[in-house]
Amino acid sequence: MNIIVCAKQVIDVSEMKVDANTKKPILQGVPQKISDIDKNAMEEAIKIKDKHGGKITVLTIGPADAKERIKEILAMGADEGILVTAPDNIDYFMTATLLAEAIKKIGEYDMILCGEASIDLFSGQIGPRLAGLLNIPQITYALNVTAEKDKVTAERNMGDMAVTTEATYPALITVTKEINEPRLPSLMQILGAANKPINEWTADSLKSGLKPLVETVELKGVSMERKNIVYQNDIDESIGKLVDSLAKEGVIGR
Amino acid sequence: MFDNLIPSPMRLELNDQQKMIQKMVREFAEKEIAPVAAELDKKEEYPTKILEKMAKLGLLGTIIPTEFGGAGLDTISYSIVVEEISRKCASTGVVTSVHNSLVSWPIMKYGTEEQKKKYLPILAKGEKIGAFAATEPNAGSDLGAMQTTSVLKGDKYIINGDKTFITSGSDAGIIIVFAVTDKSAGSKGISAFIVENTFKGYKVGSIYEKMGINASGTAELIFENMGVPKENLLGKEGEGFKIALGTLDAGRIGIAAQAVGIAQAALDESIEYSKQRQQFGKPIAQFQAIQWMIADMATRIDASRYLVYSASYKKDLGERFSKEAAMAKLFASETAVDSAIKAVQIHGGYGYTKEYTVERLFRDSKITEIYEGTSEVQRLVIAASLLR
Repeated sequence: MNIIVCAKQVIDVSEMKVDANTKKPILQGVPQKISDIDKNAMEEAIKIKDKHGGKITVLTIGPADAKERIKEILAMGADEGILVTAPDNIDYFMTATLLAEAIKKIGEYDMILCGEASIDLFSGQIGPRLAGLLNIPQITYALNVTAEKDKVTAERNMGDMAVTTEATYPALITVTKEINEPRLPSLMQILGAANKPINEWTADSLKSGLKPLVETVELKGVSMERKNIVYQNDIDESIGKLVDSLAKEGVIGR
Repeated sequence: MFDNLIPSPMRLELNDQQKMIQKMVREFAEKEIAPVAAELDKKEEYPTKILEKMAKLGLLGTIIPTEFGGAGLDTISYSIVVEEISRKCASTGVVTSVHNSLVSWPIMKYGTEEQKKKYLPILAKGEKIGAFAATEPNAGSDLGAMQTTSVLKGDKYIINGDKTFITSGSDAGIIIVFAVTDKSAGSKGISAFIVENTFKGYKVGSIYEKMGINASGTAELIFENMGVPKENLLGKEGEGFKIALGTLDAGRIGIAAQAVGIAQAALDESIEYSKQRQQFGKPIAQFQAIQWMIADMATRIDASRYLVYSASYKKDLGERFSKEAAMAKLFASETAVDSAIKAVQIHGGYGYTKEYTVERLFRDSKITEIYEGTSEVQRLVIAASLLR
């Protein structure tokens, strides 16, 4: 079974700060990492490979330093890495197009695994767009995946219910965070990752002249301000006021 | 404009592999150690389950060569491992340090091929945990005063004596034991042995109740006519004192890294708390008194870490590193204590309760100034190398 895992380098959002005056996120110096849910996709790929054998290729679009993040995925258990170097301002359309072109260049594959969304922008568009461009079946929001010889079955998280869906190969599956617990690489695997190949392809070599269709006008952090309401009088009376106030704000239902 | 005057710039940063190791161990410690560290301390429980998980990740064979099943890593990588583990649990940190620095390392350096083949794979896989038994009731800093005896009878050494304050003593399976083989030769009459806990006459005595590092299984070891096969002599007869000092030099890097981990944890906790705790209508982080403490902690921690890396680097180059290891251990351990005191101060009354991690850090930090050479001994080592 040949599996392609799409993994994105993102900033570690837990380390990100927002400028108090401009409300703009301060991105400089924030550590980079592989988007968490893409690691779940990788973990699922390892499990499928353990059962069926084959090869795992990790595919990333990003700046040149994303190579270091690819090494983390190689240490987890991928066999080969491909980095498509691209400018910073690419949008979902360009990303999905470049991924599709890269996958066509890779050639033979049975399954593409992606995270349901990346933890930075969380659009959830890439998996479905990619499946569309490649004209292959897709199963999104997978809670579990059972890969058999000629078909794959997955339970999809639809919020208040789960839907079991089946597809033939090749298929694209996006996984949720709940699907598994991504493994940590051992020291030996980290050392071994240095010897695994990472190919670098440029965006232009895959498809030239691509331009973003969406323009990002502004990126602003969400500011949360405290209301500083203090209820100091009789406890019972204060509780009543607090509940009224919370209901009015829509925090609790009545 | 001066670029052409610098032939090769000195790089003061970890390489990519070291960064990956740091990230992996940090994540492991956060996920597997942090949630249980306070409980282990409270119950004085040895971290067996954590060690099993660490073994799977290769963290118990960090410095053991790959041919013996280890990862064969450099000393800076090893220091990173000990720092990150200690940042969440100082007890597990010292167990890791002793296992690698004080047990695996002397076998790698002084052991025969047979000894390496027999013991290093077991240590690398964590099938048995290592301990280092040199200290005795009357032989602490003055190791030459040890009284445990070893007499060769046929194909076995018969060892009798009592060892105190042995880290992992409660659970260790492979123990480097020092004993006097020739009393008339003074410190040159001490020899080192590789002992297994299954040897007849080996006994674990009392488990010490301590101020801190309560999960490290510190125990008394008792040897009553313990028979040790002749081939388990480490190095030659009479080389024990030299082996002990050489091993402790390497061990100091591990303890220094442990101290950096404790100090960093104190800083982490202080930053988080001071930004949340409100007094006089604003977070206490906005008061200069708090800011100065945090700035001092961070500065000393960075300095300590670079001393650890510098000693590690020298060791990997194969150069003498006694002075650097002593400096790292001295400065990092005093920084750990200083940082833990400041962290408790920043936390105020809450920091004095067991609800908060800094209380444990305060108790754990003190030992780093004492074991594997007190601060006073480190100063002697440093002075001796300067005034030679």
